[in-house]
Amino acid sequence: MNNPPDVSQDPKEYEEYAHNVQKHVRGYLMVGGLLLAFTAITVALSYVDFGARKANIAVAMFVATLKAGLVAAIFMHLAAEKRLIYRILIFTGFFVFGLFWLIFLAWYDYPVFH
Amino acid sequence: MEIPYTVSTRPDTGLWNAMVGIWLFLASEVMLFGGLFSAYIFLRLDAPPGMWPHGLLNVPVGTMNTAILIMSSVTVVLAWAALKMRKYRAYWWYMLATILCGVIFLTVKLVYEWPQKFDHFGAYIKPEELGKYEQYLGNEHAAAKGLPPRLEITGHLHNRAALNDPNIKDYEVALDPLNADPTSPAMDRPHFFYMPPTDKIAKIEKEDVQYATMFLPKHSAYFASYFTITGLHGMHVLGGVLVFIYMWLPVSKRLYQRNPEHLANRVEVAGLFWHFVDLIWIFVFPLFYLL
Repeated sequence: MNNPPDVSQDPKEYEEYAHNVQKHVRGYLMVGGLLLAFTAITVALSYVDFGARKANIAVAMFVATLKAGLVAAIFMHLAAEKRLIYRILIFTGFFVFGLFWLIFLAWYDYPVFH
Repeated sequence: MEIPYTVSTRPDTGLWNAMVGIWLFLASEVMLFGGLFSAYIFLRLDAPPGMWPHGLLNVPVGTMNTAILIMSSVTVVLAWAALKMRKYRAYWWYMLATILCGVIFLTVKLVYEWPQKFDHFGAYIKPEELGKYEQYLGNEHAAAKGLPPRLEITGHLHNRAALNDPNIKDYEVALDPLNADPTSPAMDRPHFFYMPPTDKIAKIEKEDVQYATMFLPKHSAYFASYFTITGLHGMHVLGGVLVFIYMWLPVSKRLYQRNPEHLANRVEVAGLFWHFVDLIWIFVFPLFYLL
């Protein structure tokens, strides 16, 4: 499911190459179908009562993360990428984590209105 | 001077340059949307009971738009694969499908979803007057069922002039199904299908109203974050569509004839942006439409 190799100028090699890309195309279509199925599942699960709204949110976010993971890994080729890209993303992940951590800090910093 | 490394890879990074560029850009986009999503979480955690509305958006339409974006993500990756196989004709059709998906998504948002909200009215009742409107709110029923309190009466505003004219003393509202029949168990949870306002008209005295407005960003923290995030997301969709149109026009065919791999790389980079926009929507959809 990685990136197709670069096209070759040699006609004989090209045949094999085109066949290879075709295999990837089947994978992309399958992932597309899977994403549509997950969308239907998300909608259906939102009408199931899991006891608390927090539980519903957790379930929906879990499915959304799965979907986002599929998009990132397959469509965006992150399943097999060069090291530099991963390095950029590690920094991004670190700062996004910091951003969401701020909510947590601000929450406990809040005057007691509740 | 020719721009280096548009097709061949740079020896030190192992990548062609635009690939590094787009990922740096996407990293900054993650921070942009991350800021808005963290604001959403903060506002939502801080919302008093009954102040974070549910079931106000049209779920089937939102689901359809989600499916359209996913399909466009597939077509753009197929367009790129077609270029890699040097099939320009197939590329052209996949690209056209992608552009159409983007245009449909935006049209649904701008022509249907948003205007419908701008045309919907809500009035928050003063806490001390809630009992007076119990027949529309059903708070005793809600409390017995363990549901959050209902503080707002929503529906279609008949006398729109009431919003600005101080001489008009009350709002005449064609009630939404929830307010028309608040004690019905069918109204305890949001419905999948959109239910339009009923024929039942309620008069709400302005004196009893704490705050009344159409469903605009100023209506609530919910709609403020909804319009901000979907608006910014919509602008990204628009940007993506414009780039795809450029890559679909004859000007790109000339690039294809000169250097097909260069066009394939351009499509890959634009596709990465498009997948990212899809990825954002995957979170926006449940957070605003379903939960």
